[in-house]
Amino acid sequence: MATHVASKQPFGASEVIRTRAYCPGRSGRGTGAGRSMVDVSEDLIRGLKKKAVTLRKHIIRMTHNAQSGHPGGSMSACDIVTALYFHVLRVDPTNPTWPDRDRFVLSKGHACPVWYAALAERGFFPIEELMTFRKINSRLQGHPELGTTPGVENAAGAEGQGLSFSVGLALAARMDHKVWRTYCVLGDGEQDIGQTWEAAMAASKYGLERLTAFIDRNGIQQEGRTEDIMPLEPLAEKWEAFNWHVLTIDGHDFRQIFAAIEEAHRIRGRPTAVIARTVKGKGVSFMENKIKYHGAATSDEELKLALAELDAMEAAI
Amino acid sequence: MESQRTYFAKAIIELGRRNPDVVVVGADTTESIKTIDFGKVFPDRFFQLGIAEPNMISVAAGLAAAGKIPFASTYSVFGAAHTYNIIRQNVAYTNLNVKLFCSHAGLTVGPDGATHQMNEDIALMRGIPRMTVLVPADGPQTAKCVDAAAEMRGPVYCRFSRTNVPTISSMDDGFSIGKAETLRDGFDVTLIGCGIMVARCLDAADALKREGIHARVINLSTVKPLDIATIDRAARQTGGIVTAEEHTIVHGIGAAVASVIVGNHPVPVGMVGVQDVFGESGEAEELLVKYGLTAEKIVETARDVMKRRV
Repeated sequence: MATHVASKQPFGASEVIRTRAYCPGRSGRGTGAGRSMVDVSEDLIRGLKKKAVTLRKHIIRMTHNAQSGHPGGSMSACDIVTALYFHVLRVDPTNPTWPDRDRFVLSKGHACPVWYAALAERGFFPIEELMTFRKINSRLQGHPELGTTPGVENAAGAEGQGLSFSVGLALAARMDHKVWRTYCVLGDGEQDIGQTWEAAMAASKYGLERLTAFIDRNGIQQEGRTEDIMPLEPLAEKWEAFNWHVLTIDGHDFRQIFAAIEEAHRIRGRPTAVIARTVKGKGVSFMENKIKYHGAATSDEELKLALAELDAMEAAI
Repeated sequence: MESQRTYFAKAIIELGRRNPDVVVVGADTTESIKTIDFGKVFPDRFFQLGIAEPNMISVAAGLAAAGKIPFASTYSVFGAAHTYNIIRQNVAYTNLNVKLFCSHAGLTVGPDGATHQMNEDIALMRGIPRMTVLVPADGPQTAKCVDAAAEMRGPVYCRFSRTNVPTISSMDDGFSIGKAETLRDGFDVTLIGCGIMVARCLDAADALKREGIHARVINLSTVKPLDIATIDRAARQTGGIVTAEEHTIVHGIGAAVASVIVGNHPVPVGMVGVQDVFGESGEAEELLVKYGLTAEKIVETARDVMKRRV
């Protein structure tokens, strides 16, 4: 069984990560990130925590304003997305299609509120535009549309296509001897889909070491618990059997997220799957682990409660 | 009689020499479709992805998103039908530069039977916004479709047949996407065909001529976007249309042409094609006869259309 790794230590790859074929002696030939994942200061972590709260507030407001959308899975992926967009990804908000940028692919397209919130906060488009989410004539579609929203890299909504798309991106980068990396965030519900495993086989066949998949393991899909709908465990072993380098982390712990990325950058010859244990609806007590908030917006009353909780959380950081 | 696949395989290699961004993805049918030949010449630009067509299509989309020009090829039943929503979301909605070139379309797959006889792919593909749909009539046109698809930006679906087909055009002929070519002029009735049925329309026109009927013959090599002007002119000038396709008449080229005619200049239309049924095992020619995809059937339908004319 995959193990949930607590992070009491400052961190170290061996501490947080289930490691196979780990080659510590080899230096990274252009990690792509260009920033250290190891020397992470307390200030940086504090800043990221605050940023994640900001994104969660956007998620709650956007879905409340639309009275639809998928807050639960947006909030579970929020810390991973925050870590990537505010410390890891080499992207340029003033030039969203910069050819040498890192690619972020959101396979679980219904979680696009967190993507839009991150892109807006990162400067890809005005923050005020977030309130147009799911409204007529908006650039922020209910599920991601390529070419419309600055910074969005793929179309998703029908699940299970994002990892294959990421394989194509990673193959293209390798053909051109580019150092940019591809990060794909998948839902755990998507593990039901055959195409996810088609992609897993292809990625390991081609040894796509610059491809990292985050599996947002919140344990809940639209109609219930993943283990009731379609049991996934042992999930880490499945990915290992598909010849991926597999790590299991706490997906709400920035140090563990960075340690996982650091290790993924070091691994040669294989893609890395990071099974990120997360909580659906993370950050708002009454939404956490509730199946309902997979695809339900908050009421006016719940909006106030949720924002008050997030304010308190921010103040405590 | 020549193989469309042979022309296709040669054309992508020649295109590959000219354009280093051209890549090919395959799904365990690369020998029979002959894309393996591209793989031998350009091993670093050829990706064998196994019996996993949804993955193949999305990988092609990812390659296109990073600037490549991927040709994704397999049998049309797998490439167009098994992958429908992948094409819709990852290729067409994204408007990515993916070229789906699928062989083994229609009844003429033959002995493999109904599971492999893809008679619904034109219907599927022409219904997707942003998709260009090509149906070359012979080998040289198949090669021209490769070049034309690569020259345009955006998703393309091109379908052709497993069986050898009569060569009715030459590599020196012009070809452009969106233009229906008038192969033979005439003012009594118009025969509009696509794919292997174009040669049969020419045979039918010869037979009609012996009866004193001068049929216009149009090669509808682009099913989408439709050459509305050419179809409309044919309706106005000849007063009756027969369509012929190796495909179901449900949402195929007959339906596409009829919708133009109804909207512009209504005249009688007769449709030769698969009549909303599945095929079966048999030799290609036997199947075409049994399912009514013959020059004789086109002639008979033309007479009927002319009778129905007001």
